[in-house]
Amino acid sequence: MSAVDALGQQPPPVAETVEPRRRASGLRALPLQAKIGAGILAVLFLAGVLAPLIAPYGQNELNFAHVFNSPSPSHLMGTDGAGRDVFSRTLYALRLDLAIVVLVTFVPLPIGVLIGAMAGYFGGAFDAIISRITDTMIAFPFVVLVIAVISIVGPGVKGVLIGVPIVAWALYARLARSEMLVLREQPFMLATTALGYSRRRTILRHAVPNLMRSSLIYSTLDMVVNLLLLAGLAYLGLGAQPPNAELGSIIADGQSTLLTAWWVATLPGLVVVLFGVGAGLLGDGLSDGQLRGRL
Amino acid sequence: MLSYLIRRLALAVVVLFGLLVATFFMIHLVPGDPVRIVLAGRANPAQIARVRHELALDRPMWDQFTLYISRTLQGHFGTSFTLDAPVGEIIGQRVGPSAALIGYGMLLSLLLGVPLAIVAALRPNGWLDNAIRVGTALTFAMPSFWLGLMLALIFGLELRWFPVAGYSGGIGGILRTLTLPALALGLALTTVVVRTLRSSLLEVLQSEYIEAARSRGLSELRVVGKHALRNSFMNTLTILSVNIGFLIGGTVVLEQVFQIPGVGSLLVEAVEKRDYQLVQALALLAGAAVVLASLAADIVQALLDPRVRLAGR
Repeated sequence: MSAVDALGQQPPPVAETVEPRRRASGLRALPLQAKIGAGILAVLFLAGVLAPLIAPYGQNELNFAHVFNSPSPSHLMGTDGAGRDVFSRTLYALRLDLAIVVLVTFVPLPIGVLIGAMAGYFGGAFDAIISRITDTMIAFPFVVLVIAVISIVGPGVKGVLIGVPIVAWALYARLARSEMLVLREQPFMLATTALGYSRRRTILRHAVPNLMRSSLIYSTLDMVVNLLLLAGLAYLGLGAQPPNAELGSIIADGQSTLLTAWWVATLPGLVVVLFGVGAGLLGDGLSDGQLRGRL
Repeated sequence: MLSYLIRRLALAVVVLFGLLVATFFMIHLVPGDPVRIVLAGRANPAQIARVRHELALDRPMWDQFTLYISRTLQGHFGTSFTLDAPVGEIIGQRVGPSAALIGYGMLLSLLLGVPLAIVAALRPNGWLDNAIRVGTALTFAMPSFWLGLMLALIFGLELRWFPVAGYSGGIGGILRTLTLPALALGLALTTVVVRTLRSSLLEVLQSEYIEAARSRGLSELRVVGKHALRNSFMNTLTILSVNIGFLIGGTVVLEQVFQIPGVGSLLVEAVEKRDYQLVQALALLAGAAVVLASLAADIVQALLDPRVRLAGR
């Protein structure tokens, strides 16, 4: 589900002068808010990767002596109706969700950039066909299309892994295409023609590295969109099947006991919010940094 | 003007055709035989053959395709496997609540977003602007269904202002049953409205006619709220039309949270029952709604703004 600031209608302005690569590299060159955002994401990813080591309980460890315990030092996020530790479940859910998010964000990204770069570079009929296909993909409400794919392959992680990339490449393709239209007129791109480089070398070695940047910045937003989508699908029962936990399914479990045990539905949701804020800070910081480097 | 409209219309027709092609192939990507999967254990081979014939699945692919196109264009979406009723009729009964929810959500996002954007643009980078930025970034990062649950917890279960489930029609009924879900839906969109409108307002504020308004001694609120806002109206319209798809996706989940009998919950039911016919029609409907909404927004924009319709010349 992509609430995009009129993406595609107004593609972000492209650098008039293309920077040499690896100029302002390294963490120190990042603005403060990007560092904070990167820090938040690093903590969350680390928590997910290390979940089996740091989770105090197993994700499906039942304990009927401690049902619906409110948050306490021994159960940071309380326990649910089966006495399972919500904090441990959230860590395992985060592990699964982040792994899926990384896959469904960064697998379609290079594919979309490459297709968009070719469409922008070659123009003509190829461009027209690709543009109409991306228009069609983007016209489908994202959630509906992924749910339609899930109806075909069946509920579970597989449906998400197939459904999201089918659509997600189209946004990157549109972004890369519109940048390529400008980039292709740049002197260094014209020079590749003069030097007799093959079109393959021109696109892969000279254009794509420049197009990657805005797509990578957009990918921070895309990760949030994908995590929200994933949580929504898991909430609907279309994501990972029980007993595996996803953030959305933990929240769904807590819905019926919202009044008596508010923590089950509330606290895992805050983890999603934290991820969104971290990615947002990183994305904003990166695009500011890009502007600053350019002016 | 006319040539702009024709080009825009042609584009919409091409994309609609693309949607038809995509939804047609959807049903053919089902591994195995969709009819057999759905009717497994419930029908004998003769009945399966009859259903296959009704759906024209026993004909060559090209015939199926042309048949699908012509039937759809005539408004026949087939018969639901599981509910045993025409798909068009089933959808027609449930489209009302969803449309009301989307409309109400949009309205709330404008009621909240426009004043916030004006306040933010009055003093860019002031403390209010920063507070608004932080607040909207937070709501944007919230899963809409989770936000819905939190609103239900606070305003439904604790304060008992609104019911937490169900739907009733009429203005009063909509206000009572849809306010919480519409708020959950609209808050995420509010972020987009505020961000886009704020930057558009700041851009407009640089223009000469704003300078002229200021030099006539008009108050800053009047300059921004009236003169600049009028010029940013188009951007707001575009934001709303671009995000129709996002709103449709949001309703699918929120209808489940608040148990609203709309097309979103129908879609989830259809997926659970593997009713491909229904899923196909709903996917097509959702896509068509997006295409038609953006077409309508572009036409309105062309009618109102001469810069748009002359741009292509």
